[in-house]
Amino acid sequence: MNPIHLLRVFRSAPRILQTNRFRNFTSCQYKMASIKHKNTKRIEGLDKNVWVAFTSVAADPSIVNLGQGYPDIPPPSYVKEGLAQAAMVDRLNQYTRGFGHPTLVKALSKVYGKVYDRQLDPFKEILVTVGGYGSLFSTMQALVEDGDEVIIIEPFFDCYVPMVKMAGGKPVLIPLRLKSSSAATRVSSADWVLDQEELASKFNSKTKAIIINTPNNPIGKIFSRCELQVIADLCIKHDTLCFSDEVYEWLVYKGHEHVKIATLPGMWDRTITIGSAGKTFSVTGWKLGWSIGPEHLIKHLQTVMQNSLYTCPTPLQDAVGQGLLRDFELMGKPDCYFTSLAVELEGKRDRMAAMLRQTGMTPVVPEGGYFMIVDVTALNQDLSHMGDDEPYDYKFVKWMIKEKKLAAIPVTAFVGEDSVKEFEKYIRLCFIKQESTLDAAEAILKSWNKG
Amino acid sequence: MWRRAAVNGPWLSIRLVNAGFYDKGNMSRKLHARRIEGIDKNIWVEFTQLAADYKAVNLGQGFPDFSPPSFIQEAFCKALSGGFSMHQYTRAFGHPNLVKILAKFFSRIVGREIDPMEDILVSVGAYQALFCTFQALVDEGDEVIIVEPFFDCYQPMVMMAGGTAIYVPLKPKEGCGPVLSSADWVLSPEELASKFSPRTKAIVINTPNNPLGKVYQRKELQMIADLCIKHDVICISDEVYEWLTYDGTKHVKIASLPGMWERTVTIGSAGKTFSATGWKVGWAMGSGHILKHLKTVHQNSVYHCATAAQEAVAVGFQREYDVFGTDESYFCQLPIHLHEKRLRLADCLKTVGLKPILPQGGYFMIADISNLNVDLTDPSTKDDPYDYRFVKWLIKEKGLATIPVSAFYSPEHRDEFQKYIRFCFVKEDSTLQAAEDILRQWSDSK
Repeated sequence: MNPIHLLRVFRSAPRILQTNRFRNFTSCQYKMASIKHKNTKRIEGLDKNVWVAFTSVAADPSIVNLGQGYPDIPPPSYVKEGLAQAAMVDRLNQYTRGFGHPTLVKALSKVYGKVYDRQLDPFKEILVTVGGYGSLFSTMQALVEDGDEVIIIEPFFDCYVPMVKMAGGKPVLIPLRLKSSSAATRVSSADWVLDQEELASKFNSKTKAIIINTPNNPIGKIFSRCELQVIADLCIKHDTLCFSDEVYEWLVYKGHEHVKIATLPGMWDRTITIGSAGKTFSVTGWKLGWSIGPEHLIKHLQTVMQNSLYTCPTPLQDAVGQGLLRDFELMGKPDCYFTSLAVELEGKRDRMAAMLRQTGMTPVVPEGGYFMIVDVTALNQDLSHMGDDEPYDYKFVKWMIKEKKLAAIPVTAFVGEDSVKEFEKYIRLCFIKQESTLDAAEAILKSWNKG
Repeated sequence: MWRRAAVNGPWLSIRLVNAGFYDKGNMSRKLHARRIEGIDKNIWVEFTQLAADYKAVNLGQGFPDFSPPSFIQEAFCKALSGGFSMHQYTRAFGHPNLVKILAKFFSRIVGREIDPMEDILVSVGAYQALFCTFQALVDEGDEVIIVEPFFDCYQPMVMMAGGTAIYVPLKPKEGCGPVLSSADWVLSPEELASKFSPRTKAIVINTPNNPLGKVYQRKELQMIADLCIKHDVICISDEVYEWLTYDGTKHVKIASLPGMWERTVTIGSAGKTFSATGWKVGWAMGSGHILKHLKTVHQNSVYHCATAAQEAVAVGFQREYDVFGTDESYFCQLPIHLHEKRLRLADCLKTVGLKPILPQGGYFMIADISNLNVDLTDPSTKDDPYDYRFVKWLIKEKGLATIPVSAFYSPEHRDEFQKYIRFCFVKEDSTLQAAEDILRQWSDSK
């Protein structure tokens, strides 16, 4: 219908309704109401979500849930105690500084000052947000708009694409690809790489930013210094920003090093780095995160913050600040939670990889993070009875939940349409789980081939 | 130099750094998105810093300086020592225990069955509920009517969503003598009706109102409701101070009026309800067909809210549900507690020549400063509106922090309302005493 005609019709509707008492008032009202109660353009098509489909599964206690990424191990006791103490202080139950509670931003500037080897201004170069998620949102809303292209590396944490779209930007996807030289049975996340020429071809004058996630969710890849340098060179050449999601930065396994792209020459001034208390201290339910970057970028994120939720919860921020100060003193020592958690998880990682191999699946052993993707091709599971309107991994996960009582997440949830074929034989498992959960998973996997 | 740099590939960046080419902010393009233009200034940032710098007795920002009730603090501690799940993600749209008790509690008040899963969204404070509402429902070109004076975030949120704010002021009733109560500030029905147009998407009301303290009566809400229905407009009703009404004034929910549930988003706050503003737990409540859009915004912006705080608020509401209407109820005790503080502050303000407007509800009282002749010659404030200058003078010279009321007016009308300042009276007696001492000293020295 001609939009101008439509506009005229709706403009004159109130007059028509007033003058013509014998028109069917209620049906006209309903038609008008249904248009005005529609969602705004910015969220068109963003209502669907893989978690909606799969997290209700978590409610069923008979299912071993290695799907959604949260620990079922307890957080360190000093962190919980810190919160209990904060809750008893009157002032800490009231509003704190909008851009981040002073205790917390000062602790962050200490910890990250050491990591970055630079002085970080706690008030101008740090913003505290509602989880890493909130940092991503503030970054997109502040720095991405209509006409901007944002490069996203597949597989990606699923919120990047809808957030870019909601900000009016256009996601430009590029997949990690399995090196053909990798061994058939011992695959590591390091074997998944970007094709440099392909990456360079994605940059153009409209590119506003590239999003990187290291360690990566779901593959667990840690981008090496060389790989980051290639990305950095392109950012500098094309004058783009870099949004670096580093929420799993402490979960780095032996033989690997987490490198911050913001520390590469020329990158500090164009990079926002995102961190998470939830992932750092195994308290995902605290929903605290932070963005670190140069003042001229952080100030825009702060503007979004002050116009969206203003301030984060005070007692939680205080407790995270206290926790960070405690671990700052221990940095580099085995007692430091940042180190000890990684050591604990490496054991679980290796255990999970072994369990999966003995069923015939091929796990991709992650260099970091707490997820592992696994190739289920060798199982030759026939799922043709489930129809062909979904990618194979979605069907496989649903089948596995029903038949094997084991939950995972399909990896094509983390890729665009064009890359579905490359990833549809992979499912993602979370291994930050207590031993009894892993025992239960092992029992299922051991009896897999017995049907 | 450039040719050499091009040949040298990956080490280009290091050479250019050394050549001093990457000083701060050297990106050549515009960085920020247009949506944040014009919304970077904020009075709270400025005035809370000033109050802290001068160690002023703080009756400025709206938060209690007394503790939350012990039952809610205990609920929080219990939640923290609950199982591991208390520290991990909960249901994104609201912790099940919380949405269930909110639905039960408010169904009784609104007079209809509220679905906990469909009709409620838990947010990071009422602030984020407002944000989700504007982002979900206001598009470029939409008009949103805002009643002045308004909580300052409504205008930038409408702007950020691409909407146009249309203002309509509350004004003192004509011919009723000295204006002493917030009840005397009313909307003109004709003026309000004239603000509705085919482009009007929503109207924002705040009852009890911040900063004025007005509590809209049923017939005032009916007038607004009639216009919403006639023009098919959504009503965004910010009711964070709903339990704080004085002198027997009744808080009425516009969503409970006929024809309004389907078109109203009602916003609430655990922070204001339980005197725990730092917990940042709030909610939006309304018909599922509208709430679902707020949920889409929420799932693409913060996704989850903190679990333990939600659990504690749920326990608090269950307790209040059980004792509702009795003397034990915090919702009865808190307004009684604050009733006296409000009167005490009003009396004290009068002694120094300020003219307070007694609020029917909420945390705040505004006072007319036009009778005072103060020498405001601080050169650093000479371009500010009169009330801003007065407030800064009061902080620096007298050590008492308040907030200028013109901050709650549109840029178009700010100039007409420069003679009021806002006080928060939800403070310990010792804080109010300290404020009184300052004011008495000032009055004695005149």
